[in-house]
Amino acid sequence: MSDHAGPSILPAEMRSASLRGYIFGFAGSIVLTVAAYLLVIGHASTNGGLLPALVLLAMVQFAVQLVFFLHLNTRTQQRWRLHMLGAMVIVVLILVIGSLWIMGNLNARMTPAQKQQYMSAQGGL
Amino acid sequence: MSAAELAAGGHADARDIEVDAKAIFGFWVYLMTDCVLFAGLFATYAVLRDNTFGGPAGYQIFNMPEVLVETLVLLMSSFTYGLGVLAARGNREAQVLGWFAATFVLGLVFLSIEVPDFHSLVTQGNSWTRSGFLSAYFTLVGTHGLHITIGLLWMAVLVVRVRRTGLTRGNVRRLTLLSLFWHFLDLVWIFIFTIVYLMGAARV
Amino acid sequence: MKMPMFAWSVLCSMFLAMFAFPILTVTLALLFLDRAIGTHFFTAAGGGNVMMYVNLIWAWGHPEVYILVLPAFGIYSEVVATFSRKPLFGYASMVAALVAITILAFSVWVHHFFTMGAGADVNGFFGIMTMIIAVPTGVKIFNWLATMFRGRIELAAPMYWFMGFVGLFTIGGVAGVMLAMPAIDFQLHNGLFLVAHFHTMLVSGVLFGDFAGLIYWFPKVCGFRLNERLLKYSFWCWFIGFIVVLVPLYILGFMGATRRLDHYAASTGWQPLFIVSGLGSLIIAAGLGLLILQIGVSIRQRAATRDVDGDPWNGRTLEWTTTSPPPVYNFATIPVVHGRDPFWAAKQQGAAPSETRVFSDVHMPKNTPVGMFVGGLAFVVGFTLIWHIYWLTILAVLGLLITAAIRTTSTDDSEYTIPAAEVARLESARQVEFA
Repeated sequence: MSDHAGPSILPAEMRSASLRGYIFGFAGSIVLTVAAYLLVIGHASTNGGLLPALVLLAMVQFAVQLVFFLHLNTRTQQRWRLHMLGAMVIVVLILVIGSLWIMGNLNARMTPAQKQQYMSAQGGL
Repeated sequence: MSAAELAAGGHADARDIEVDAKAIFGFWVYLMTDCVLFAGLFATYAVLRDNTFGGPAGYQIFNMPEVLVETLVLLMSSFTYGLGVLAARGNREAQVLGWFAATFVLGLVFLSIEVPDFHSLVTQGNSWTRSGFLSAYFTLVGTHGLHITIGLLWMAVLVVRVRRTGLTRGNVRRLTLLSLFWHFLDLVWIFIFTIVYLMGAARV
Repeated sequence: MKMPMFAWSVLCSMFLAMFAFPILTVTLALLFLDRAIGTHFFTAAGGGNVMMYVNLIWAWGHPEVYILVLPAFGIYSEVVATFSRKPLFGYASMVAALVAITILAFSVWVHHFFTMGAGADVNGFFGIMTMIIAVPTGVKIFNWLATMFRGRIELAAPMYWFMGFVGLFTIGGVAGVMLAMPAIDFQLHNGLFLVAHFHTMLVSGVLFGDFAGLIYWFPKVCGFRLNERLLKYSFWCWFIGFIVVLVPLYILGFMGATRRLDHYAASTGWQPLFIVSGLGSLIIAAGLGLLILQIGVSIRQRAATRDVDGDPWNGRTLEWTTTSPPPVYNFATIPVVHGRDPFWAAKQQGAAPSETRVFSDVHMPKNTPVGMFVGGLAFVVGFTLIWHIYWLTILAVLGLLITAAIRTTSTDDSEYTIPAAEVARLESARQVEFA
């Protein structure tokens, strides 16, 4: 197997790496991080919109890092990376949302006696 | 590997491209399964988040400025790694090693904030045995820290390799795989930062 | 859409395995932490939640049973088509069914704990999803039967196992659909009806299928056929024995017998049924004995049952074009495939076996002991973690890291090349052998 180092030995998937891309990814991530941080530190009253805002900022930063750090795009030769990501996201969503729904349901449906037992075992929630 | 050989370069033959593509895709698939592993830990954390058993809740033990610093350090380390990748593309071995060293140092800085933080929680009696919430917190964040540690070990091995044999095709493939791993850890940290620290501090 | 069905089924099974096993890893790790360092994930006190263990383990456990059965489904597809001398009926729907099962497998896990306190909405959702997942499996059963319809059936040993599977699995599957209804499950959960259901699926589905596959591909791997007569006797013992075991268990389950008890009151009047079921297990034991006996007999007779042309079953797919066993590179030139069952198509068209072929270098992976070391060390890690022998765990983990590091020094040198001339020489020697 040839082992020459050459001008474009970077694997094909990494060809879309560029200085501008990394700078944009870095700057974008910092902005999104600090924004989320300030929202939490700065918010005084209970604001119902905080949770969706945090989730949105996280999702956007997720996408920014996928594109600019992990070079995930539809142009690359291997579209399969995108497919596997999609499959993983589906499994993760089912696992996390499913677990929250099921466990929440179980907790909500305790009888008073079970609640009593659970609470004392919890040491008073 | 002499400069002359490097300059002579050579086009990548089909087999090398095939090997690279397979290695990268295979490693990507492994990363997807590692995401499912973290999802299991996140699900557990979400379920046990309020089970404080009379002990402290998140907002009482999180040092938010410190967490912000950790996050920025990790982001910067992803950036320096990216600069290392660009240097590899330009065949500048010394720069590659320099950026790797910077990434390594930043990774160590991250751990040097996180580990003493864990230690102080333990010494004040709030270890993983205190409550379900703390069990989940230490395990989730600790698993991420364990991944960072392994990444740093890998980085050290790769640095030694590159210094020994230069920017060969194999080494460039390896540092590409490590870049996927390192950026993936940054991705997971976004969710830890948001779900554990921000939501914990805001009590949502 | 020309890939053999077994390849499709293993692809889907491995997709499930990839995404399900990390859940098991997490669950077992959390359980270990509870036992070893005093965390409170699943403890009743301290802020743990016992049901989270149940939830997580079944989130893995349900995909796991599909991981087990999908390859068996793939084997059945290969076997039924071969021994009906017909193309598999509804190939596209068979592939779609595999994909549907794979996706749905992640959405049904609560049916393993319907009775553990969830509300009607949660139970209802997972009950419906469980009933839905029965549909693609039903599609597969119908397609296998349609493959047999108007085929020229040859009842070779692998086909026996399919015939035993198809009826039993359908009955067990229908029992599963019953259990999918939470209201019924409340009566039958943790009883012998459930035990009968999943043993039906595992034995007639997975075990019979794996037996069929082993018998079907054994000649390809080892170069001689197994003793058909003993295999058929063994099958009858397994099949009849298994029915004798199961029917009493289904009945007992209906009557309310609980599982995991070693003693039932005589006043229930159930003892005769248990005795019948026990007799069935003796018949199965005879079948197992015949299977083992058959190994020895087949090896002794191997000269007479040698697979001379690589195609002992008049097969349809490309593995049967190689010698038995195949050369180290499997195929000297990558075959070009124009449709499904390409070997069968070539046989129908009377393709000439000796076309002049252009050979090129073959790149082969080098052998490596790394897998064995990793497996052995991982075993030590698992064993010592359970029995609290932590110093040995640490050593084994260090061993794993060192093995990984050593392995990386050889990844650039992991292949060797068989020159084209050598390939040509091996191939012409093979042609001579076939002639």
